[in-house]
Amino acid sequence: MAQFALKTALPNYLRDEQMRIEEFARNVGLDFFPTIFEMLSYDQMNEVAAYGGFPTRYPHWRWGMEYEKLSKSHEYGLSKIYELVINNNPAIAYLLEGNSLVDQKLVMAHVYAHVDFFKNNFCFRMTSQGRNPKDRSDVRKWIDALANHGAIVRKWANRVGLETVEQFIDACLSLENLIDPQKPFIPKLSAPSTSEEAEPEETPEVPLLRVDREYMESFINPEEFVESQKKKLAEEQEQSQRFPSAPDRDVLGFLLEQAPLQRWERECLAVVRAEAYYFLPQMQTKIMNEGWASYWHSRLMTESICDASEIVDYADRCASVLATAPGQLNPYKLGIELFRHIEDRWNKGQFGKEWDECSDFELRRHWDRRTGLGREKIFEVRALYNDVTFIDEYLTEDFVFDQKLYSFGYNQRNDRWEIESRQFQEVKGQLLTTLTNAGNPIISVVDANHGNRSELLLEHTHQGADLRLDWANEVCKALCRVWTRPVEIHTVVDAKPTALRFDGNDYSQKSL
Amino acid sequence: MSLRIDQDHSRFRNIVRGRIRQNLRKYISNGELLGRQGKDLVSIPIPHIDIPKLRFGDKQQGGVAQGDGEPGDPLSASPQDGDGQGKAGDQAGDHALEVELTLDELADILGEELELPNIENKGKSAIVDKKDRYVGVRNVGPNSLRHFKRTFRSALRRQIALGTYDPKRPVIIPTRDDMRYKSWKTEEEPVANAVILYMMDVSGSMGDEQKEIVRIESFWIDTWLRRQYKGIETRFIIHDAAAREVDRDTFFRTRESGGTMISSAYRLAADIIERDYPASQWNIYPFHFSDGDNWSVDDTLLCVDILKKLLLPSANVFCYGQVDSPYGSGQFIKDLKEHFSDEDQLITSEINDRDAIVESIREFLGKGK
Repeated sequence: MAQFALKTALPNYLRDEQMRIEEFARNVGLDFFPTIFEMLSYDQMNEVAAYGGFPTRYPHWRWGMEYEKLSKSHEYGLSKIYELVINNNPAIAYLLEGNSLVDQKLVMAHVYAHVDFFKNNFCFRMTSQGRNPKDRSDVRKWIDALANHGAIVRKWANRVGLETVEQFIDACLSLENLIDPQKPFIPKLSAPSTSEEAEPEETPEVPLLRVDREYMESFINPEEFVESQKKKLAEEQEQSQRFPSAPDRDVLGFLLEQAPLQRWERECLAVVRAEAYYFLPQMQTKIMNEGWASYWHSRLMTESICDASEIVDYADRCASVLATAPGQLNPYKLGIELFRHIEDRWNKGQFGKEWDECSDFELRRHWDRRTGLGREKIFEVRALYNDVTFIDEYLTEDFVFDQKLYSFGYNQRNDRWEIESRQFQEVKGQLLTTLTNAGNPIISVVDANHGNRSELLLEHTHQGADLRLDWANEVCKALCRVWTRPVEIHTVVDAKPTALRFDGNDYSQKSL
Repeated sequence: MSLRIDQDHSRFRNIVRGRIRQNLRKYISNGELLGRQGKDLVSIPIPHIDIPKLRFGDKQQGGVAQGDGEPGDPLSASPQDGDGQGKAGDQAGDHALEVELTLDELADILGEELELPNIENKGKSAIVDKKDRYVGVRNVGPNSLRHFKRTFRSALRRQIALGTYDPKRPVIIPTRDDMRYKSWKTEEEPVANAVILYMMDVSGSMGDEQKEIVRIESFWIDTWLRRQYKGIETRFIIHDAAAREVDRDTFFRTRESGGTMISSAYRLAADIIERDYPASQWNIYPFHFSDGDNWSVDDTLLCVDILKKLLLPSANVFCYGQVDSPYGSGQFIKDLKEHFSDEDQLITSEINDRDAIVESIREFLGKGK
């Protein structure tokens, strides 16, 4: 650690604090990458934050936009960035110059928990670039990777023109969210077997249920069932002749492999895709990640770090971080409360069959088996869950009631946003819906030779909410730019299946 | 040290200004120029370009939040879209920023954003105000103005000099000579006085959208000029074929119908100025908003005449803003430009839509008159 710490611009008194806090964090069981703190002035901080933490990223106007927003909100006193931490090994965290000592300590404690989360949560494993052969540690050189991306884009901007490259990147960014969160966990397919001679074109058998006694045949496999199985088989065969053979949600990956791209286009698209996958886990674990960090900063600050004179300042700061507002979910608040709830339940043994089946209110209220498993449990949870599974498994009815969670929606009749329900099932359902696929619609490539005209067909798996249409049209256009042939998206608009199409010149929309 | 972000930032600014990448302009969402007004809450515009993506429609998806309230209760603020990028721990606001600001602060920001120069006072110092200021100390005066600290100090000094001061028993007794009193001086201050005369065409062709544009624009003008002058007065005139003076509320709400005779408003304005605001003592700012569809050529000539003889000589600057409307011919602005081509005291501006408001304010106030 020390060899890193020496390079930072941290003043001595903060370095001493860092050593202390790191020690405390290690003692409570947090397991983190080496962490480097750097001190930035407010405009450097705004710059780094605008680049998403990576000052060496590829050039693009949207960082400039982000910077303007950040520096204006800073000037007008609207918001201030206290900390920024990068998922990298070693982790890099930035402190804001001029913050009070209490704030800096709070940020450091917060950061160590974030880094522990980066290192241990399964979602972040996909950001690992391999193992260091010496000590088997995770290789995550993302600072370098993103700097390389910067070099690639700059190189091509110099060769084919900044405007050309920028326009292409804008098109790619329109598709940025069309990636498959499961993809990194699917083992890479070995190269398609070239030994095709062993596969004669036989008609596959219709899959029927096994029948031991012949007279049962017509009961176990009635005619309708046989028909439906045949139909299914036929569909499967038809699908397998399509390309891709199964719907592919990694639209960016598909384009990268299949679209007729020039070399510079391919490299730029690969940059956008790699960064999209890099940032994905942070979106999938926002509630857990912030909850975990808040849980530990509050633990560490109140139990070890703060002295009596600092505790009020700390509490004030912490309260503003955890404040809630109508119509906005505060991931810090929800996360920390849920972790505390889980810890409490496992400390008291409020889990398992007996607990689930107990319906005596009084008994449940005073339930305490003194199991003391809380600490162990939350460490397990932080490793094995993402936001969706976290909420699905641990959001309980008591919790929803205690935390006053509600679901809200837009009321057409009153033309306003209203609280809809406080019912457990509805709140939970709504929350899961918002978190699924990180809030993005589920889109997959279903046919790359649509209508036998090498047009691209995408399908939106409609789950109740329509797409924003004007944007969907623009996305078709961006897809067409990359695919170079007409593009169609099948979706549902006002309960009617609809095809959105861009043929290179015009948009069209027709019911299916 | 120049920041690396500067390149990306200037590229973004150029896109916003429409110098490059015009195709991106359509995605620019300007935060509403004037959000909620009242309780001094004002939203500040920060231009934002959204890259279109496949997303759910705006009001399709609800969400979950924490707090009090019964099902069916409205949420006090509409929920805002979260930031797309999941950056750890960065709590940036939404792009329509809402800030609590006083109007003075707001005016400063406006001035900074639009690079407006401070307004030169016309040097009308005829009106002076007398003000008493405490500036010194003297040995005589009423007890109510006694300066305790100075009195004590001179008494202490005297006792030390005389050797009667005993640090162990520090009793200080001031004598008559030790007494000190505050004294004042009467100063004369020139007072800057300004009046804004808002004139608006409310003939049939001015729709609600046009009026809204006028409302937003005059709010900002009002805010800026109020920052520049103390004790500013505002007067409101509406006109169709005839003009009358109204209060602020009526000014923004009235919808009349009928023809348009702009000269009626100009004449009324000239009368008001002559009666209440002698040009030697007042900074006068007439603003006129219309869709530029005057009744007849004769009337336009009459307008030009009134402007030349009465309004321009007394006003600091005369501003004419023409709002685009589907019915108006928009001829008036051309006539004005033709007649006053070399007159920099008359400023014209075309306001085609809400986005043009900012530019128009810059045109009106950018000269610092």
